[in-house]
Order: sequence, then structure tokens, then C-alpha cells
Amino acid sequence: MSSTFDTVAKIIAETCDIPIETITPESHAIDDLGIDSLDFLDIAFAIDKAFGIKLPLEQWTQEVNDGKATTEQYFVMKNLCARIDELVAAKSA
Amino acid sequence: MRLEYFQLLDRIVELDIANRTIRTEATVPLESSIFQGHFPGYPLMPGVLLLETMAQTSGWLIIAVTKFERMPFLAAFKEAKLRNFIPPGTTLSASAKLEHEGSGFAVAQAEIRVDGKVTCDCDITFRVVSFPAPDLKTYMQKEAERLQFPMGAITDG
Repeated sequence: MSSTFDTVAKIIAETCDIPIETITPESHAIDDLGIDSLDFLDIAFAIDKAFGIKLPLEQWTQEVNDGKATTEQYFVMKNLCARIDELVAAKSA
Repeated sequence: MRLEYFQLLDRIVELDIANRTIRTEATVPLESSIFQGHFPGYPLMPGVLLLETMAQTSGWLIIAVTKFERMPFLAAFKEAKLRNFIPPGTTLSASAKLEHEGSGFAVAQAEIRVDGKVTCDCDITFRVVSFPAPDLKTYMQKEAERLQFPMGAITDG
């Protein structure tokens, strides 16, 4: 998790020009860090490449739009990193 | 190429689904109302239309990879370089390689060559969504015929 967090925080900091020290596990990527959907495509691209996965952004967006999930479940940093870890583990299984 | 209708490609000449590459060709028309303003006495293919040419080339590759089920919409250009002036009558050879297929987005690297020399290149990000309107899908299928889109590449790929 900590290694995943460090990697994702670095990606976000570099992609969106956000000071890395302001990114914490509790940060909400949209509400706290102000990342918009276009910037998040760049972040997803970098995460996909860094971890060798495919973040299911469409599925997440659909679940949020349908009221089946909250943005916090996917876009708070600690939760995002947990999802990434799950995807990496699933790939290795 | 019909600039006023945003038909910036004449034909698809190569499509390799396995390697995620495409090449298209188009000739800049000798006459166009666009040249009345760009520029008087010195007509040039506008840079934004060269970018659009690369976007359309990349877009057809994404349509091919998604088997006409999804439509790419331009989201971002990066590292765009316009290296030479392109006058009317120039034949462009545009190519693209799909660098990444994400969930709801795709990233391509594209370039345009003239007489074998790279004249423009850029990285392009697209949002990739289900066709939002049936008429749009019908139009794209008709455009595919005009561009000699190799349907066999989809069924074989």
C-alpha cells in the first residue's frame, strides 16, 4: 500500500503539478486535489503503465452514476491505492 | 480531402489491428475557401487541420480496434509539432500507433509525412465511448466506405 501510494502520489504530483506533500492517503482526488476528468485520464494512463493494469474507470463511473458506489470508494487516495493493489494481485493470480 | 466538411482523409491504405497501426493518405486541395483567410497570397494548410488529420487517422484505428462499437472523441494533444509549411496540392501520408487502450480512453502517437519526411507529429488522447447517436454510427460506416476501410481486417483480426 505505502509503495503504491508513493507511486500514485508521484504520478498525480507530476501530472497535475500538485505539491506532493499535499497529497495524503485521505485526499479525495476530485474534491480535495481538484483533479478533473481530463487530468484523470492522464493519471489513469500513467497508473495503467506503471502497474501493468487497466483501471476500470468506466465501470467505476457507471457505479457512481447509478448510485451503487460513492466517489470516495474509488477516488480517495487510500481507496484508489487499495483498488490498484487488488488489480495487481488479480493479474498475478 | 474536403476541408469545409472536415473530411481530412482520402483513404485508409494500411490497417494492422494486431500491431495497432494505421496509415492514411490525403491530398490537400488546390482550392478551398479556407485559403482565402489562411493566408491571402500565401495559402497554407492550417496547423489545426493537420492536427485534426492526425486525430482522424488515429480515430479510425480506434474504431477498427473496437470493431465499430465505440467512437473516439478528441480529448488532448501533447507534444504537437508542426515542422514544415504544407501548401495546397501536397499529398500527406498520416500514420498512427495505438500506445494504450484504457477504460474509456485511448492514447495514440501520430505523425504526418510528406515525401517520406516527418512534417508533423503528436501524442493524442481520446475519450472512447459507445456511439452516442445511431445517426453518427451510420455516418461513420458510410465514411468507412468512402475511405476504403478494410472491413476484412476487423473480421480477420
